[in-house]
Parts: sequence; C-alpha cells; structure tokens
Amino acid sequence: MNTENKQSKGLPIGVRRAIAYIVLIFMSILCLVWFYILFVNATRSKGELTRGFTPIPSTHLIENLSNGVFHGTLPFVRGMLNSLFVAGCSAALCTYFSTMTAYAIHVYDFKMKKFMSTFILAVMMIPQQVTALGFLQLVGRMKLEDNFIPLIVPAVAAPVTYFYMKQYMESTLPLSLVEAARIDGSGEFRTFNSIVLPLMKPAIAVQAIFTFVSSWNNYFTPALILHKDKMKTLPILIAQLRSADFLKFNMGHVYAAIAFSIFPVILVYLFLSKYIVGGTTLGGVKG
Amino acid sequence: MNNAKRGKVVSYNKWGYIFLIPFVVVYAVFQLIPMVSTFYNSFFENYRSGLTQIGPNFVGFKNFATLFTNGDLLMYTRNTMIMWILGFVPQIIVSLLLGAWFSDPSLRLKGQRFFKTVIYLPNLIMASAFSMLFFTLFADSGPINSILISMGIISGPFKFMSHVWSVRGLVAFMNFIMWFGNTTILLMAGMMGIDPALYEAAQVDGATATQIFYRITLPLLRPILLYVMITSLIGGLQMFDVPQILTNGTGDPVRKSMTLIMYLNKHLWSKNYGMGGALSVLLFIITGIFSFIVFKINTRTDK
Repeated sequence: MNTENKQSKGLPIGVRRAIAYIVLIFMSILCLVWFYILFVNATRSKGELTRGFTPIPSTHLIENLSNGVFHGTLPFVRGMLNSLFVAGCSAALCTYFSTMTAYAIHVYDFKMKKFMSTFILAVMMIPQQVTALGFLQLVGRMKLEDNFIPLIVPAVAAPVTYFYMKQYMESTLPLSLVEAARIDGSGEFRTFNSIVLPLMKPAIAVQAIFTFVSSWNNYFTPALILHKDKMKTLPILIAQLRSADFLKFNMGHVYAAIAFSIFPVILVYLFLSKYIVGGTTLGGVKG
Repeated sequence: MNNAKRGKVVSYNKWGYIFLIPFVVVYAVFQLIPMVSTFYNSFFENYRSGLTQIGPNFVGFKNFATLFTNGDLLMYTRNTMIMWILGFVPQIIVSLLLGAWFSDPSLRLKGQRFFKTVIYLPNLIMASAFSMLFFTLFADSGPINSILISMGIISGPFKFMSHVWSVRGLVAFMNFIMWFGNTTILLMAGMMGIDPALYEAAQVDGATATQIFYRITLPLLRPILLYVMITSLIGGLQMFDVPQILTNGTGDPVRKSMTLIMYLNKHLWSKNYGMGGALSVLLFIITGIFSFIVFKINTRTDK
C-alpha cells in the first residue's frame, strides 16, 4: 500500500480543481433549478401548463399574480404584511434585548451572574415545540389567540442570539470603554444605548437578519395561534393552499402564490448575503 | 473614602440585575410556565371524545404507558430517524468535500463568494413554501414528470406522492438541499482554524490531498463534526414543516412519513392535552440529553 502511494502522488492539481468546479456547479444547479422552474411556471397560463414543461418563460406572470395573489381566494398580500410586521418586530425586540442581556452578563459582576450565564447556555437548545402545549394554554388563558403578541414578545428571551452577542461583545467591547463613559458622567442606561449599541451594529445586523428569517418562516406556532383569515401569516396560507382541492385550481395561480412567498426573500438575500454567509459561523444551531 | 468606593461598585453592579429583567420576565412567562404546565398536563387524562370533554383527571403515568404501548410512537420515531439519516449522510459528505475544497489554499478556487451564496440560499427559503413547491413540481402532472417522460426515462407519470420511499426521499432531499450550505460554512470555519503548519509539514513529507484529508483534517475536525451532528439530530427531531406540507399533515402513504412533531401537532389540534403533554415530555427528555452534549462542547470551546 505504501509503495502505491509513493508511485502516484495523488491527482494533479489541475484535475482536482476541475473536479471541484464540476461538483460545485452541479450543487449550485441543484440548489437553483427548482426556483427557475417555479419562475417559468409562474409565467405560464393554465393551458400552457397542461401541455408539459418548457424551459422558456411565457407572458402570463402579471395575469397569474393578479388572479392568484392580489385578487385570489386566499389573502396573500395581507399575509405578507402580517409576516413582515411579526418578523420585523421580533427581529427588533430580539436583537435589542439580547444585546442588553449579553451586556448585563459581560460588564457587571453580581452574585447570580455565573448561574444566569450557565442557565441560558443550558436552555439554549430546548426546542419551541416541546413547550408548545403549555404555551398554547397560556395564550388561551391570556385571551391572546388571534393576536401577534404571543409571536413577537417571546423573542425578547432568545438564548441563541444572546450567546452570539456575548461572544461578539467579548471580542469588541473593552470594559475600559464603559468605565470611561462612567467617568464622563454617562448613566448606565445611556452608556448602553448610545455607546454599546452602535458598537454592536455588525452583530445586530447579522442577528436581526437571522431572527427575521426564522420568524418569517415559522409555521408551527403561528398555525396554532392565528385562526382568523386577516391575521394569518404567509406559511399558514401556503399550508391552506396545500390542503385546498387541487383540481379546481389554476396551477398558474398556485405557482404565482408560491413565487410571491419565495422570491422577495431571495431578492433581499442577494443584497444581504455578505452578512448572512459570514454570520453563520458563530450562530449556527440547527440543521 | 474606601466605604464610598465600595458603595459605588455595588450600585453599578445592581444594573446587572436591572438589565436582566426583560430576559428573565419574558423567559419565565413564555417558556418556564409553559414548560411546567406541559409537564403537569402529561399526568392528566384530558381530551375530547366527540362533543363530550373527558377530564382533566389525574391518571399518573398512564399517558406515557399508552404512548409506549400503542405502537405509533415507535413508528413515528423510526420515520423521523430514517428521513433524518437519509438527509444527513449526503449532507455531511458533500459539506466535508466542499469545505475542504473551499479552505484548501493550493486549489485557489475562483468565485467562492458566489458558490457560498448559492449553496446557502435554500436555507433561508420558507420551508413550507419550498415543500409546497416540491409538491407541485413532483405532482402526477407536474413538470418533473413531464420532463422525465419527454426524456424517455419513464413512459407514464410516476406517482411520487403514493410511494413510501419517494415521499421519504423527497423530504430527506429537501432537508439536504436546505442544510448542506449551512453545514459547509460551519465545517469550513473549523477547517480554517487548523494550523497551516501541519498541512505544510504533510506536503513536505509528500502526502497526497486524500491522505491529508483523512489523517489531518478529519481527526482535528472531530469536535466540530460532533457538534454539527448533534445539532442536526436535534433539528431532525423537530422535523415538521416539510413533511407536514408535503403530505398535507397525513404523513401518507400509510403514515410512513409522519414525524414526531407532526404527531404532537395532531394532538394539539385535537386538544388531546394528556397525550400531547406526555409526548412533549418525552421529546423534552430526548432533546435534553442531546443538548447536554452540545452544552458540554460549547463550554469546552469557550475556554
């Protein structure tokens, strides 16, 4: 075996590079082809769709969007606004208060500090679903069904975001800065808001994006809480589309509705990908 | 003077508690209380039979006994694990390969930013919409069947949604596509952290790229691989959106793609809080064990 290895020093670099490119291109196609088919089919009329698939887009996109999304049977536009509101508020609350929690643990020395940081780290991986039953009962007792509060306020206590913020703080926030602010007469709360928060901007941007996306995509909890049509978020409407009687649907409208929920995210992602791809290394939790 | 200084220090540190208030209050209300009441519910018989409400009556561990004896739990656990493994194995192989290529300086791959952006993209797509998309693409009269027929691979439409293994395969495939980019970037960060001197030494000694990968990269990557595997396992246990939408909540054919969380979801919708509670407690314990391992890894790398 050893002699064999000495004879062939592995593949030459050019060949290895070629293999790497081929695999990378193949995987990229595997990631993107579904969205391309989605786009093409969203532009085709009912008649064209029944004739089988062609890779060339047609001309019925506006018509499909108008009939399937804007004036369709399911309130997709309202759903998108609801999703935007819930995800936006969650991202804002989550990043602000997670930074605050990280600040408390990072800067101050108090009796419960060790306990709290260990506790948060320990509960970090508990999934939402296993406490959903109690959560649902609580929401019912608080009369908060069909309300966005139970989907937004819990974002204040996000152990994963806290963990990321704390790690970032350890590398960027020197305690001497806080002390300098104190000497200059700044109150603790003001120091946090006007010195620490701006310093944490890169981390806040990354976590705001992640919180926004996970709230935007969340289906399990909102489906249990939101029942009125005008309160529903996009994932719930998608599920409703799935459970509807398919034969009655114009498939062009269905594709348009799916495209409506997917493509805005892709567009935003293309602008923000720099932060997102770099930001995963510290915060990656599930998969 | 000394006294005054100490008083000052104490007064600063009380702000630690003040800044913790929002987290503690919200966590207690929306996480701890629900957790306690979930546990509490698991010991009660509490469901609806037609129009009549049964319970809540205290029944001890009867719900757990039912859970273990009626056979569903075993089947759903098996389904969940099968679909997780089918998605995870290709995911870890592809991610290791891509991670090694991205972090290999001698390859000097161009367009890394582009490839990373593309492979990470599916992770951000709404799982329910992605699943709905696959449902329409793989429908009996959908584009995939139409492409396969026009290429002459099959003569009639293949009914993807009526075969156990094609449904499971689709779920696993979607999970693979959605998560391999994320895993690649995690593993790549780990590979970048390996001392380049080790690689140089190996190259001087005449090791091939394959040898370097198996003898240096893999062993040094073990902690991160373990982390990736267990977090993925925890994520796999939570598998819900994709199979739920793909099968419209039924887990069909013959409930062979029904996952544990879909089972829980069913109990929550039918308001069978006793059984739902017992199932939640069980899932809590399982994820608790896995989380503990992650916690250990995290606290070790912290130092």
